Amino acid sequence: MTMTRASHLLPRTLFQKIWDAHVVSAADDSTLVAIDRIWLHERTGAVAMKTLAEQGRALAAPERVFVTMDHVVDTLPGRGDATMMPTGRDFIRATREAAIEAGVTLFDIGDARQGIVHVISPEQGVVLPGVTLVCPDSHTSTQGAMGALAWGIGSTEAEHSLATMTLRIERPRTMRVLVAGTLAPDVSAKDLALHVIARLGAAGAKGHAIEFAGSAVSALSLEGRMTLCNMAAELGAFSALIAPDDKVFDYLVGRPHAPAGADLEAARAAWATLFSDEGAVFDIEHRIDAADVAPMISWGTNPQQSGPFADIAALHAPAADDSGLARSIDYMGLDGLDAVAGLPIDGAFIGSCTNARIEDLQAAAGVLAGRKVADGIRAICVPGSGEVKARAEALGLDRVFLDAGFEWREPGCSMCFFVGGESFGAGERVVSSTNRNFENRQGPGTRTHIASPASVAASAVMGRIASVRDLGVVTEDAR
Amino acid sequence: MTIAATRAIDRIAGRAVPLLRDNVDTDLIIPSREIRSVTKSGLAGGLFAGWRYTTDREPDADFVLNQPEYQGAPILLGGANFGCGSSREQAVWALAEDGLFRPALCPILTVDLPAREIRAETGEAWSFAIEDEAAQMLLTGRDEIDHTLAQIDEIAAWQHDDRQARPWVYPNKDAR
Repeated sequence: MTMTRASHLLPRTLFQKIWDAHVVSAADDSTLVAIDRIWLHERTGAVAMKTLAEQGRALAAPERVFVTMDHVVDTLPGRGDATMMPTGRDFIRATREAAIEAGVTLFDIGDARQGIVHVISPEQGVVLPGVTLVCPDSHTSTQGAMGALAWGIGSTEAEHSLATMTLRIERPRTMRVLVAGTLAPDVSAKDLALHVIARLGAAGAKGHAIEFAGSAVSALSLEGRMTLCNMAAELGAFSALIAPDDKVFDYLVGRPHAPAGADLEAARAAWATLFSDEGAVFDIEHRIDAADVAPMISWGTNPQQSGPFADIAALHAPAADDSGLARSIDYMGLDGLDAVAGLPIDGAFIGSCTNARIEDLQAAAGVLAGRKVADGIRAICVPGSGEVKARAEALGLDRVFLDAGFEWREPGCSMCFFVGGESFGAGERVVSSTNRNFENRQGPGTRTHIASPASVAASAVMGRIASVRDLGVVTEDAR
Repeated sequence: MTIAATRAIDRIAGRAVPLLRDNVDTDLIIPSREIRSVTKSGLAGGLFAGWRYTTDREPDADFVLNQPEYQGAPILLGGANFGCGSSREQAVWALAEDGLFRPALCPILTVDLPAREIRAETGEAWSFAIEDEAAQMLLTGRDEIDHTLAQIDEIAAWQHDDRQARPWVYPNKDAR
């Protein structure tokens, strides 16, 4: 085993290096892979832990299992275990009881560290470069921005990984998405993600581990990298990752669960080897020119159905030559319209594991400062974690949001999806910094358009679908 | 993909319900609002709830699963990328509970797992791919955790070596 780790003659991809370091045993079409970190949340965590307990099985490594409350917990100030979702309290209490019983680390309601799993994992130093990390959540690829191999699993796989700290999986294929050049100052990681999805399609990376690379990716902040890797789920990717660099290594220094002292020195030496070797071969390579990327927004009911604001403005509802497309157009209320951009909106939402980090809130606040949300628009900002919220408040961003007419919430997934409690209304048009514009995602009949935090803020101010470019002012902060 | 088989399945025969739309995501298969219980059951009522019911939760006669000729049909014929989106296993549990995997009378399609083949009454046949591991799980109804725990010595040996190679991955329990 030491031999296979140390000596490789052929150039390897970043994915291959992490994969090789975690193979416990390999068969023809599946591999038993060691899992370093497991995250659970209250939506499915209780079921997984309770099922194991009922079977008389113990967790193999509770010290490497972490649990947060994010999916069904309310985000209104003063919240507790009670939720607007009718049975949400059951999920929260069952998860808390199971977590305490199992001896895992819990980030509970009221804990300043609580927040959305993919936001708090880096903050707490749980995800590290080179580790394997799983969570029963499809946006787990977000954490690949730290140079980890992180992927979403189902409940049965969660039980298997908790009981064995392994998973038996088929090795994904590899894909590199190289983004050359420099993004325009008002083009964000979210716009880049939607550009890639519109190009490759909703199943464009199915079964693949994507490595995002190139100068435009290296130039992104950690927050931007997380947004990009997050949206890989909307390409159907197995996972996504970015070679870790000093931005990642420096960020982890002093994080509660990150290595320290001699461990950190050894870790940094190992992390510095985590990149795709010159000449490493990917199953598929795509090249994107950063100069081609403009502010983007979705118009349909799948993230693939997205385009630049400029094109959307000229978009005639596509010929309804298949039932899926006709249904999207009908659901979104676009039938017979000449343009999507400029449509009046009813709601604006900034939050989610995609875009609720400090940089996202700064980008939106940069647009909102000195401006007001248009009349009749319900505008909500939900910071991704307690740490993000505290930092935003220290910077005075909460005042910017509140003064503009946004609600300022407690951390959680909130209205990224409708769990049966709070939602936007039927037929309401919402511009949202989230990841999915699926039918009924934000409420029965709600029409969701996904875009960057800056575009959500611009739309809220204009009262219609708009990008920062429509405001006529491009601020440095809108990046 | 990991499949927890609770009973052995080798062959399923019956009517196939055509739901030939691409990118049917798990939010459509079972909307989040329909997942109300902290268990793996009680989910069938929420299956395709957004399409299956009218606004006052009456069955929508237009939706294919509500049409009389498909009642009891055990096979769902999906489009490309079926089950994309949220990784909620409730989508699978809801489909299974609804009986879409349960044999019925009047076979029209036969899904033959050992032969990796789907056959129609007309005599047409199509092959399909499935991982050997997953197929074995379905055929035997075996619990995968037991299967892996049989390799516990191998896992322990791997971890022993890994603790030397990557000590920073393993938290010091005393420090917590």
